[in-house]
Amino acid sequence: MEEISRKAGRLPLWRAAIVVARRDFLAILFSRAFIFFLLGPLFPIVVGALAGGIGAQVQSEALSADVGIAMPAEDMEAMLAARDELAERIGPAIPPFVELQRLREGEEFDPVAALEGREGRLAAIVTGTVAEPQLTAPEANIARWSGTISMIAATASRTEANSYPEVASTIVATSGARENRGRFQTAQSGMVLLFLLIMLLAGMVLSNLVEEKGNKIIEILAAAIPMDALFMGKLFALLAISIIGIAVWGVAGTVILSLGGRSLSEFANPGVGWPLFFTFGAIYFAMGYLLLGSIFLTIGSMAATVREVQTLNMPVTMAQVLVFFFASLAVTRMGSWFEFAAMAFPLSSPFSMLARAAVDEAIWPHFVALAWQALCVAVFIRVGAALFRKKVLKSGPQGAGKKRKRLFSFASGKNS
Amino acid sequence: MDNATSEQAEPAIIARGLVKRFDDTLAVDGVDITVRRGSITGILGPNGAGKTTTLRMLLGIIDPDEGERRVLGHENPKDVARLIGYLPEERGLYAAMKAIEAIAFMGALRGLPLADGRRRGRELLEQYGLEHAAEREIRQLSKGMAQIVQLLGTLVHEPQIVVLDEPFSGLDAIKQSKLEVLIRSLADKGVTVIFSTHVIAHAERLCEAIAIIAGGKVPFAGRVDDARDRIPAQVRLETSAEEGPWRDALPADTRRVGQFWYFPLPESGIEPLLRALIDGNAGIQSLSIERAGLHDAFVAIAGEAAAADMVTTPESEDA
Repeated sequence: MEEISRKAGRLPLWRAAIVVARRDFLAILFSRAFIFFLLGPLFPIVVGALAGGIGAQVQSEALSADVGIAMPAEDMEAMLAARDELAERIGPAIPPFVELQRLREGEEFDPVAALEGREGRLAAIVTGTVAEPQLTAPEANIARWSGTISMIAATASRTEANSYPEVASTIVATSGARENRGRFQTAQSGMVLLFLLIMLLAGMVLSNLVEEKGNKIIEILAAAIPMDALFMGKLFALLAISIIGIAVWGVAGTVILSLGGRSLSEFANPGVGWPLFFTFGAIYFAMGYLLLGSIFLTIGSMAATVREVQTLNMPVTMAQVLVFFFASLAVTRMGSWFEFAAMAFPLSSPFSMLARAAVDEAIWPHFVALAWQALCVAVFIRVGAALFRKKVLKSGPQGAGKKRKRLFSFASGKNS
Repeated sequence: MDNATSEQAEPAIIARGLVKRFDDTLAVDGVDITVRRGSITGILGPNGAGKTTTLRMLLGIIDPDEGERRVLGHENPKDVARLIGYLPEERGLYAAMKAIEAIAFMGALRGLPLADGRRRGRELLEQYGLEHAAEREIRQLSKGMAQIVQLLGTLVHEPQIVVLDEPFSGLDAIKQSKLEVLIRSLADKGVTVIFSTHVIAHAERLCEAIAIIAGGKVPFAGRVDDARDRIPAQVRLETSAEEGPWRDALPADTRRVGQFWYFPLPESGIEPLLRALIDGNAGIQSLSIERAGLHDAFVAIAGEAAAADMVTTPESEDA
């Protein structure tokens, strides 16, 4: 009888979940909206890159201000030569000089009038002589350039040629400080990327049961398969869709970065190494997605209408941001109880653990964390499905009279 | 009796004392139902009587607060979920799915491999004259066609019990008639069919047994003939004489409708009455004994208020 029951009973959880996941996955994959889903995140990247390029150019043009110079011809020559000599050694910290006027004897130059006339892009004007240079500029530029002008004047005042000793150099791959800072930056970058991906993608789960509730197919599903399987199927279908999206965005991002001459070598090697870091990144994305997604799915399943789901979007996003802040704060306190709390709290655990993978070589904590996160996913799905059964399907005892009476016992058969 | 025979002898569905409350509303109040294997059983009742809640409890979608149910020998209907087909009252399919995929998907939910589901789905669509709809998306189908697709999805895994909640609702007269044929053919194959309806004519034509639900209770459950026998047969009499001593022979609760007199068949039978009418010079033009219809039985059992929501003939359905 039990054997018959097993074959006649509902599909096992995993098989039912696959049936649901397959349907959802194909429905999304072959919908027109999926193209927009794939292209969506690329728009901000392209727009951001364009805006960034234009902004950088504007900023560079705006910030590249000249220093005018008006001095007697001899002093002028000395100042210009000194400026070029120093610029060759020091670089862009030495501002370009714009020759305004070579003064004849007794001739005067009014730098205030020249600056207030706002001609060209003069930020300051040097007048006087090499021995007594006079800098006229707004206060901020005085502070910025007075030392530099003094140095140029000092160089210009020397009669003999300057000699600069060669500095012998020994190159090392990194330093302790640089490595720590670099890993910290890798941790932060990894967390931000993980957060952005989960925030972008897990939100989709919120409205995932609305279709089933709206078209009433939920009754058929509820009669045929366990609700846990429905929740699992939906989560894993969207996870698969998200992974496809990430793969596409990853390739596109790599191409864009490499076109821009950027590469991973700009980041410090993570503690566990790049291959494992990427592997953990993918797994923690999946876990973070499933953890947040199972909660979102439960919240969304309680909503009666699309409007309710839309209303829930904002508080849910804010909750995500809070969790991210919590994990971000924990990164700054590595090894403290605060970090441990962030690793233990299921929703922040994937973020914190990815950060840990960036800064720490140990691998075993990740297996512990992953087991914990998987357990939490299972619990969240179970609780979500139970809530859905009770609150939406109205199954189980409701209101008064919760005690279930057994009015009579059936004669035969052992049933579960 | 061996095990197999014992299983066959056991009713497909037994429910005893099912109670379901939604918050403070008592939706179902002690429902008892027994459904014989291979029979067609109708659940009759006005809207809001508790029909759907009862079916949902029998299917295991919701659990009763009190009482017990046994489906195909199992206390938990989920243990035999693959042997059950269910068409809910509120129809629903994924709009972007092709009809054949929708049928196969519903079969897959009940354990039927997708390839088998597609093959059987095509056969069923062909039987129903809808083979042209196989590759069309649900949203491209008419409401009635989509409903048939859903019904075929309910049957594709060849269930032993088919539960249909208001299956005739939304179908035109031709499709209703086809559905009646389909339900009969299922029963002929040994499938147990249980359907809810508020259209008495469907139950009258199809069902071997009915359960009348009103106000969450089941005032009657049994054979259709037994329901009719709850009220005595009606005598319809037409006379040429308007007045006379024959009038004294008529029972007290006789009604006059047009040229006819209606009254319940006396317990003493028709012969003494007939003799009194002849002796009293009634001038009998016609006399017939009419067995009570299911509608009359429903009124007698569930009351006028419950009957007010019921539809007697399917023609008044939204065709």
